[in-house]
Amino acid sequence: MTSETPPLLSRVADSVYWMARYIERAENVARFIGVNLHLQLDLPLEPAYQWQPLIDTSGDAERFLEQYGEATEGNVIQFLAFDDRNSNSIYSCLRAARENARSIRETISSEMWEQVNSMYLQFQDRRAARQHESLPEILRGTRLACHMFQGITDGTMSYNEAWHFLRLGRMIERADKTSRILDVKYFILLPTTTGVGTPYDDIHWAAVLKSVSGFEMYRKRFGRISPRNIVDFLLMNREFPRAIRHCVQSAQESLHAITGVSASSSEYESQKLMKVLGAELQSASVPRIIQSGLHEYLDALQTKMNAVGESLLQDFFILGPVERSVGAGGAQH
Amino acid sequence: MPFDSYRTGGFYDEMFNADGTVRPEARLLAETLDSLEPGEVQRCQHAAERLLLEMGITFNVYGDSAGAERIFPFDLIPRIVGAKEWDWIERGLRQRILGLNEFINDIYHDQRIIKDKVIPEEVIRTAAYYRPQCHGINPPQGVWCHITGTDLVRHEDGRIYVLEDNLRVPSGVSYVLENRDLMKRTFPRIFEGLRIRPVDNYPSRLLETLEAMALPEAGEKPTVVLLTPGMYNSAYFEHSFLAQQMGIQLVEGRDLVVQDKTVWMRTTQGLRKVDVIYRRLDDDFLDPQVFRKDSLLGVPGLMEAYRAGTVALANAPGNGVADDKVVYAYVPEMIKYYLGEDAILPNVPTFLCWRDKDRKHVLENIGNLVIKAANEAGGYGMLIGPHSTAEQREDFAARIKANPRNYIAQPTLALSRVPTLIGDRLEGRHVDLRPYILYGKDIHVLPGGLTRVALRQDSLVVNSSQGGGSKDTWVLAGGRKGASH
Repeated sequence: MTSETPPLLSRVADSVYWMARYIERAENVARFIGVNLHLQLDLPLEPAYQWQPLIDTSGDAERFLEQYGEATEGNVIQFLAFDDRNSNSIYSCLRAARENARSIRETISSEMWEQVNSMYLQFQDRRAARQHESLPEILRGTRLACHMFQGITDGTMSYNEAWHFLRLGRMIERADKTSRILDVKYFILLPTTTGVGTPYDDIHWAAVLKSVSGFEMYRKRFGRISPRNIVDFLLMNREFPRAIRHCVQSAQESLHAITGVSASSSEYESQKLMKVLGAELQSASVPRIIQSGLHEYLDALQTKMNAVGESLLQDFFILGPVERSVGAGGAQH
Repeated sequence: MPFDSYRTGGFYDEMFNADGTVRPEARLLAETLDSLEPGEVQRCQHAAERLLLEMGITFNVYGDSAGAERIFPFDLIPRIVGAKEWDWIERGLRQRILGLNEFINDIYHDQRIIKDKVIPEEVIRTAAYYRPQCHGINPPQGVWCHITGTDLVRHEDGRIYVLEDNLRVPSGVSYVLENRDLMKRTFPRIFEGLRIRPVDNYPSRLLETLEAMALPEAGEKPTVVLLTPGMYNSAYFEHSFLAQQMGIQLVEGRDLVVQDKTVWMRTTQGLRKVDVIYRRLDDDFLDPQVFRKDSLLGVPGLMEAYRAGTVALANAPGNGVADDKVVYAYVPEMIKYYLGEDAILPNVPTFLCWRDKDRKHVLENIGNLVIKAANEAGGYGMLIGPHSTAEQREDFAARIKANPRNYIAQPTLALSRVPTLIGDRLEGRHVDLRPYILYGKDIHVLPGGLTRVALRQDSLVVNSSQGGGSKDTWVLAGGRKGASH
């Protein structure tokens, strides 16, 4: 990276990236639960039908089944928000974010550290004293704290290499979460390509949008609720911050800033993979995707994003063989 | 805040004279405290503690279960040092560091001081932190102790004594800076009318000290890093704080690699040469090829690079030879020997148990003395005679007889006290003082230092691991606030 600050330690880059991912994950889980609580007031559905999708979205369905069994509201919320045995619960994410932040305190700003630290401490207090505060309040507080972290980050940290790793983590996590919520909800709502409209469909689709804070922005773009447009919006929109295409684009920008070379001339695997992903999204057609199966498409997308994550590890984070590292620029300093 | 019920209890009090009148340098502070609304100090104290937690200024307690973090207790009532007294302390510390540095350099080269029979050879050879691996090494500018945290105490006679030199890896300076910051944030009123010497420029001075150690080839902005054992170390907060304040990278052993007798760090852009390492790792863990073979925290080959002169280390390995409490007893003689001067700051009178006469005296008077293992720190391996049980005294007597070289004894000092907030009232608590001295191109002494306070009633142990806390230390600038200078 052509930066004024010296290059990051690999270990530090890794921790910055994961700190960002965990905070983004905590925020997403808090939003998913919050929207579902809200939705439940409108829909007279079986609890399993209502809460199981959240477990499916989390990717931890097996562990949940093993430890909790039935997807009741209480079980699901305990598992996703408060369970310290679930490494993807809000509580665990905030703790992991804090541990990562602690190990890179000299890299991030003091304000950022204090925010991560107090987010965790507050959530810990709330977790211990749950009766005294309503769950929606806790979830809202968590979301706000995460937003605040992002604001503090952008307001106090130089847009240097570490910042780009942070953004990379945030964007990759966000793309992953958007794809999951889309996948799971679509799967439930439209089991076949023809689809059967019920009076509740609109409410359900609106909930999907709200799960990614996208309802209002969708309205401005498309107006009426339609599954195809929602898929289009969440997958292909370049401007909405939680749309997958936007996330991939931003991640690509940061990766470019980190390596200092464009993807076409890059020797970094992650950059090449990311470029392919971006190009695919650009040329994708929503009707064709729906026709041939949105689930399959999203599944493939997630696999590709995971591959990007893996290659980041190889390219930047692993304390790799010394010989390779020397070749990659040891002498010029 | 009522001082009405405050008693000095027959001890030297840093704020009050023996007759109960306020010392001149503390008068303004006492007036401010007196004028406060009831409960105001407590409110500020609580605010400060909450802030400490939010700022994550915590330390890990060894042996405690994972995730155990505590704040280092902080007391809001500062300790004041007058301008004149500080000048004297500062001169004494400069002299002491110069003498000690000469000594360490001599030990790892010609050992003139042994040949001239000022210090017995055996004492050096058996000092736990003596490192024969360091013989013949010439650290940049001949400096072995770049960062020192000397422990000072005041006895009931009103005099200040040096208790320990702490040459190896002294910690605590971050608390000096954070305590001051905390005071300004939570209790700004208390500064009214006073001119207190600032401490905030310590990180800049430290960075200057470290950069001055780099080879000329390293250029204008040498790469300086701080080497930490990692985030589970009890002083990790300080490591990250100092690195952040200096804007340097905080590295762990696994981030560094030695190739061609050069130290490199592993970055996202490949390897980058490292010029200076401020290491917060004990000698033993630095390099498994030279010191402890089982160390996973260090960097294999580091000592070879150091010896080759491609990297500078602060502090210089081996300097702990002078941290031995038997060697300590010889510091006044060292100062005389190398500098031709009398020591300005006195040592605490010390009995060396390997001398037959001293040992006899120690064993006969064990109930009145403080017994210390020569190579332990942190308040461990210590017996405070007057506070001990018969069983403990027997245990120490047996240890002394078995290994006389490893024990020293000193009179029990009645450490001075400072008013301290205990519950909702002020009570006297014993304190010590650890100033920090930087030795680079020249010597810089941080005004004040860390005042550690034994929060338990009557306790003389100020260590954080054993119920100690800290206070802000105010060195008054000469002249009144607003006066031209």
